[in-house]
Amino acid sequence: MQMHSLSFDVSHTLAGGLVLISFMMLYQDRLYSLLNVFALHALVLALSVAWQAFVQDAPHLYITATIALVFKAIIIPVALHRIVKQLGIHRDIESAVGIGPTMLAGMALVALSMVLMLRVTAEADPLAREDLAFALSVVLLGLLVMVTRRNAVSQVVGFMSLENGLVLAATGAKGMPLVVEISVAFSILIAFIVIGIFLFRIRERFDSVDVSALDDYRGERR
Amino acid sequence: MSAVVLQMLCVAGMLGSAVLAIVLSRSTIATAIIYSATLAASAIALIGSIHWLLGDTTNATDLTLPIGLPWLGAHFRLDGLASFFLVVVNLGGTSASLYGLGYGHHEEAPQRVLPFFPAFLAGMNLVVLAGDAFSYLLCWEFMSLASWALVMAHHREPGNAKAGYVYLVMASFGTLALLLAFGLLAGPAGDYEFAAIRAAQHTPYVATLVLILMLLGAGSKAGLVPLHVWLPLAHPAAPSHVSALMSGVMTKVAIYGFIRVVFDLLGQPSWWASVIVLSLGGITAVMGILYAMMEKDLKRLLAYSTIENIGVIFASLGLALAFQANGLKLLAALAFAAALFHVLNHSFFKSLLFFGAGAVLIATGERDMDKLGGLIHRMPFTSFAVLVGCVSISALPPFNGFVSEWLMFQAVLQSPELPQWALKITVPAVGALLALAAALAAACFVKAYGVTFLGRPRSVAAETAEEVDHYSLSAMFILAALCLLAGILPGLVIDALSPITLQILGGRMPIQINEPWLSIVPIAESRSSYNGLLVMVFIAISASFAVVFIHRFASHALRRGPAWGCGFSDPTPAAQYSGGSFAQPIRRVFGTLVFHARDHVEMPAPGDIRPARLRIESHDLIWEGMYEPIAGVVGFAADKLNRLQFLTIRRYLSLVFATLVTLLLVLAIWS
Repeated sequence: MQMHSLSFDVSHTLAGGLVLISFMMLYQDRLYSLLNVFALHALVLALSVAWQAFVQDAPHLYITATIALVFKAIIIPVALHRIVKQLGIHRDIESAVGIGPTMLAGMALVALSMVLMLRVTAEADPLAREDLAFALSVVLLGLLVMVTRRNAVSQVVGFMSLENGLVLAATGAKGMPLVVEISVAFSILIAFIVIGIFLFRIRERFDSVDVSALDDYRGERR
Repeated sequence: MSAVVLQMLCVAGMLGSAVLAIVLSRSTIATAIIYSATLAASAIALIGSIHWLLGDTTNATDLTLPIGLPWLGAHFRLDGLASFFLVVVNLGGTSASLYGLGYGHHEEAPQRVLPFFPAFLAGMNLVVLAGDAFSYLLCWEFMSLASWALVMAHHREPGNAKAGYVYLVMASFGTLALLLAFGLLAGPAGDYEFAAIRAAQHTPYVATLVLILMLLGAGSKAGLVPLHVWLPLAHPAAPSHVSALMSGVMTKVAIYGFIRVVFDLLGQPSWWASVIVLSLGGITAVMGILYAMMEKDLKRLLAYSTIENIGVIFASLGLALAFQANGLKLLAALAFAAALFHVLNHSFFKSLLFFGAGAVLIATGERDMDKLGGLIHRMPFTSFAVLVGCVSISALPPFNGFVSEWLMFQAVLQSPELPQWALKITVPAVGALLALAAALAAACFVKAYGVTFLGRPRSVAAETAEEVDHYSLSAMFILAALCLLAGILPGLVIDALSPITLQILGGRMPIQINEPWLSIVPIAESRSSYNGLLVMVFIAISASFAVVFIHRFASHALRRGPAWGCGFSDPTPAAQYSGGSFAQPIRRVFGTLVFHARDHVEMPAPGDIRPARLRIESHDLIWEGMYEPIAGVVGFAADKLNRLQFLTIRRYLSLVFATLVTLLLVLAIWS
């Protein structure tokens, strides 16, 4: 019982930390710092998954944790760093929506997911319940990052953090097969590659990765 | 080999000829090969289904093919009702193929018709054979699409593109209604097999919804007012033998669907449902024939007349529902048999008339009656066959149209037996509407025949018309002979229909074959009876007697004088009585109400040498009052929604985000 309570507290802390880091992403207005926060996000995710593997005694989750650590905490942030440098946008400051309203919206979303999850999953295992509520918050905050940013790189980061929320939800539930997790991770990698290629194509054509350039190209008013 | 397997083999033959037609598309012999193949396939299917209908119809035969939905398979089933409609479908298919052997050679682009004609026939056969809702809907759509392709065969002619578009929209709407109806019938368990649907108990709420959805779905395909708008556009646009199939047969397949669901699958009807069907039938009959009366295009006139006949059939079905709901099984069987008999008859004479219109079209290149005339001299055989068709459709004895309408009125006259006052009042009112429709139909076909075939030619094309080929003529004469046979031997047809009424309603009409002199007695000798054979013999004897009397005893003295020109001495053919002039009194009486028709006379002042002009203004109130507003609303909404096509990426993301959050909120508040 004592052990159980400890495991509960640790996983709770890690998942809560993930939500907190998602909040941190919301107010980063420089790309480098956003990427650093994202790397931290992935690191905490890897820790959380590894803890779940330990608690649930499911060794295959260690693989998932390793994938999260290697790809999301190291390779993708490094690659995005390089892209940002090559594109020469590391000095860009962007603020589509003000920080204050974004933070308020983020709080509202977390409140919504808590209320919803705790009510819907009333009969479920308390560990999984909390986990799911946090995971939904992370997903919604990732979407919020995508919506409030104008730069394509930060939209990619929002998308990746959204996916982190999905992994958190998947590992919280017992018995998720490894194949599913690996395929999710793989598809995210593919998506990252495709988006990266698109970034360069957009850059070549418009001299900017601000997606509003695409809208200007289509002759749209905003 | 069981009967249903034979039918499916014939269908496979038709589908095979459709594929063959694609392979042979540009070959010159393709027309002959394909129509011969469909002729053979539908003739075999016809013989098979007649044999089955006249034999032992109590044992339905099933066939389950391992295609379609994996847990359902494709069920096909041949029972009494299906075999009757197979007779109708394949008789139409046989005669249309025979007609096509001649008519098809005049086709400019046969590759647009040949693959779809057998596919269309196969589709109609499959709809009738289908034994589960999934196969039914699939085959129904297949039939609709094949007929749509045939409507679009001459897509460059003005108006045909619009006809195809309206048809497609209405067909999709109808299928949507059918889909919902079957979804309701299958219930939450989702068992789509007809046997399971039949066995299930349906709540009155579901039954009502299904009836309304079937009226929308099957009614839009059959041409019930106000869902008929596509029919007079699409049916005439197709090549004539296809028009004959669409009008004479496809509308019947829709009626089959209605009967199958409402009478067979739904169980005991409630009496007030019959009021809806009855009133819709009566209104459809009168509106259809009024539209036909105003029409000057021969094929469109025939299409509108189809709407009238569909109204008559639906009214009979409504009567059958009313009697059945009150447990009057004999009377229900009478009304139901009248409806089925009229289905058969209409498929005979409407196919015949469309064949005649096609022959006129081939011979003159005209569909406008006001440019025809005098064709009886140039095309005597076609004229005779079409005359038989016109007399039959006008419900004159001794032909078949009279028998079915007479049976229906016998059923109408039994309405005092009904306990509900609403029905006691509705049924005679609908009967009056039907009587009006029958009279107007006679006037309409007097106009159609008189203006097209009698008088003097109104154009060079009509003057130089040539009689059509033997294949077309034989198809027309076979149908004309069937019209006469069904008219003078109705007892045989009624006896053949009895097993079906027994299967569907649990009641049957008295056996007719034992009546003396081949009379038919729907209820009892003391009430009413009719004998087509005696009527024909009487007409033949009295007519020959009159001919002999006139030739023998009339004066043989010859006297030559100027023909009386009704006070109008201009001898040009354009001065003849035209279709418009014939319809004018009826337009005066009904047109102001139904079409908002106005005559505008522009009379120049004395001394002015401009000609006086008569301009007729008329409106299609259903199109203007119902379809144009709907089209307007759809257009407005599409205009407004068009902006969604040109949002920024961030806005699209925000839309997705907002939708997600809204749904979560809904869940959080209501869960």
